[in-house]
This record gives sequence, C-alpha cells and structure tokens, in this order.
Amino acid sequence: MTYVLTGEDKPLTGFGALRAAVSSLDPRMRIVMTVIYAITVVALDDLRVLSGALILSMWLLAISGLPFQKTLKRMAMMDGFIIFTLILLPFTMPGTPMFSVFGFDATWEGLWRATEIALTANAVILAVMTLVGSMEPVTMGHALFALKTPERLVHLMMFTIRYIDVLREEYLRLRTSMKLRGFRPGTNWHTYRSYGYLVGMMLVRAIERSERILAAMKCRGFSGRIVLLEEFRLTRTDVMFAGAMALALAALIWAEVAYAAA
Amino acid sequence: MHIVDGALSNPVLLGGAVLAVGGIAMGLKKLPLERIPAAGVLSASFFVASLIHVPIGPSSVHLILNGLAGLVLGWAAFPALFVGLLLQAVFFGFGGLTVLGVNAVNIAGPAVLAGLIFGRLVARGTPMQGAIWGGIGGGFAIAVTTLAVAFSLALSGDEFIPAAKLVFVAHIPVIIIEALLSGAAIFLARRVKPELFAGSKGGWT
Repeated sequence: MTYVLTGEDKPLTGFGALRAAVSSLDPRMRIVMTVIYAITVVALDDLRVLSGALILSMWLLAISGLPFQKTLKRMAMMDGFIIFTLILLPFTMPGTPMFSVFGFDATWEGLWRATEIALTANAVILAVMTLVGSMEPVTMGHALFALKTPERLVHLMMFTIRYIDVLREEYLRLRTSMKLRGFRPGTNWHTYRSYGYLVGMMLVRAIERSERILAAMKCRGFSGRIVLLEEFRLTRTDVMFAGAMALALAALIWAEVAYAAA
Repeated sequence: MHIVDGALSNPVLLGGAVLAVGGIAMGLKKLPLERIPAAGVLSASFFVASLIHVPIGPSSVHLILNGLAGLVLGWAAFPALFVGLLLQAVFFGFGGLTVLGVNAVNIAGPAVLAGLIFGRLVARGTPMQGAIWGGIGGGFAIAVTTLAVAFSLALSGDEFIPAAKLVFVAHIPVIIIEALLSGAAIFLARRVKPELFAGSKGGWT
C-alpha cells in the first residue's frame, strides 16, 4: 500500500534478492523493540548521544534491506514539513545571541534545540520505518493482535489497509472522468465544489461497497474472530537481536548520563 | 498538522496518549462488529482523500477532512483516524511514534466533537441546509485541530508560541477550503445517499 503516496509501482517491503536480516525477525519483537527504542530516544537530550541514535537507525536501515535512497527521501519529506518550525526556533528561544536578522536575535540555545528535535525525529521515524514499516501490512495487523491490541481495532486497521488501494484506484477513475469532461483545477468556486462532489461521491461509493463486503462476509460465516494464518515464534536470532538493541540503548543512556555529569 | 517526535515535553506526550486510549476505547464501544466493514472502508477513503491536493493561488494544500469524517462516523471517527495516523507514521514516515497519541487527540478529537455538535443538523432539513451545517462543521473541526496543535506546542515550551501563532494564521485558508469542500461533499451525499450520516435514521451512532 506504500505506493499510494509515491505513485511507484512497488511497496517498500524488503523482499530483494538478498534475504534481509530484519524481515526474518519476529514481527512482535520488532514492534516492541521499536516502541522501547522510540521512548528511549525521545528521552535523550545530548546532541552527541542523539547523533549516535541516528547512526544506530541508519545501521538498522542498512540491515533491513529497504531501498536506501527511497527511504531516506521519505524521511527528508517529513523534514520538509517541520523545517519551518525549526528555522523559527533560534529566533524565539532566549539565550546567547549568535547573529541577528532584521533586528531579531538568533540564539545558540535555539539552534541546539532545533538540532535536537531534528535528530530525535529522524532517528525515531527511521527506526519505525525500517523495523515496522518493512513488514507486510497484514503481518503488522496480526502481530499487533498477538500483542493484545483490541480485536476490533485490528479489524478496522486491516480493512483500512485492504481498501486504501481499491479506493485509490476508484479516486483515480473519478479523476480521469473529470479530466475527460474538461475539468482543470484552479482557485475558484467551481474547483472546490467539484472536489467536494468528488469526495462525496467517494464516500457514497465506499459505503455501498462496504454493504456488499458485509453481505459477502456474512455469507461466509464471519464471526468477528481474527484467524491467524501463521504462528509467531521467538527464535534465538530474535532474542539475540533484541539483546543487541537493548545493549545499544543502554550504551546510549549511559553516554547521556556520563555527558550530563561531565 | 503532524507533530514529530522530540518536540513535545513528556507530560504533554503522556497526556495525549492517555486521552487517545480513552478516545479509541470510546469509539470502539460505539462500533459494533456489523459496522466495522463500513468504518474500515470509510477510514480508507478518508486516507485517500487526504492525499488530494487542492490548488490555492500559486500553491496547493492537501486535505485533512477530519470534520467530514466526524460527521459521517461519529465516535467511530476516533479509531478510524487513529488507524490512518498509525499507517502514515509506519509506512510513510509522517509524524512519529511517541507523538501518536497527541496527534490522534489533535485530529480525531475535533472530528468527534464536530460529529457530536453538527451530526444531527447535517442529516436534517433540505440537502442545502445540511450542506451549510456540514461546511460549518468541517471548518470548525479543522480550526479546533489547528488550535489544538498550537496549544500542544505552546504547552511544551514558550519558545514555540510564535510558531504556534504562525501555524494558526497559515491555516486560515485551509479552514475555508475544508469548509467549502465538506459542504459540497455533504450536499452531494445528502442527495444521493442520505443514510450515510451519523445523525440520520438507520445511520451511525
């Protein structure tokens, strides 16, 4: 489903010629370790330690088998969204002035804070994308269910995953038919009304589709239970990987404490 | 509208997470098994709709449509939008993991609020009246979302206050566009499929 956003033909899953190290690990362990990793990194403050965390995330990316450039590009897209807030920070935080633009003082403290946010955000999102994002979406649903996520929430997520592609295609069909009728978007009431009708039509079709889905599921005796097709097993490799991650996190925390004391 | 990891203070993150769990639990309670396919397909359509770029002057904005989601789904909009945020973070790298709770509260909270306040009004009267209420609801939800984002930034540190103010001002055109689009979408849906709405008879709730 990843290509929804990029328009590329293949999802970013790690099935290459090389069997990637990460994709053979237990999905449940990957999710748990990612959450622990994220919480730890968010708690870190020291820029040197955060750089270490980012390097760790890069290493995860390297062993995940995800396409290097594409994943980093996606990360850079997120940076594009936050860059505005980050640029503002040096000017809004009080502290030692660095230089001034139009009478506004930029401070070193603000610059450090901005760098800290950028490092944290990138380290965490990279780890999330490599450890969890490299899973098949359905596997993620099953793993979340195995980790005691409420059954209905998992169902809802699986339906969403399943139908994103279908509805994306429907959206593109509707856009094509609009184009055929000579629609050209611009800044005017006609455009906004047409887009509104487009969204409305998508909702109407979605609800009608869901009625057919429900009928088909009832016909097959759907009872609301999630049937797991594969059983997850924690292997020795999983334990070793989790141990290595825990060790790396412990090292990061130790470095943070050591730098704070120094 | 997505806040990333590392920007917010720990109490804000924790508060967001707790509120989000409550919202999801409440939403799931109002979502019987029979309704899950509909909620899932609608959740997916809101996900796809949020990828539409609408031109505004020389630039373009992408839609959020959380108000419309709230009007259609009611309380179920909370878990539905949460799922969307989770998928965006995991597979596209938008947002973050520890901020998931805060982001869910900021986006899904106003959606539910819009559904509770305007849901019934949208389903009543002529399609035109419904559309006007829908437009107000759509604009309302996105305005509250913007305020909530600004508020969570401001709570985390005074240094964010100018940024928070700018976020709000920059989103005024988005609020107007969301309102217009939600209104038009509801006008069409009211004429074609009136039972779509949470407030309507035989619809959601």
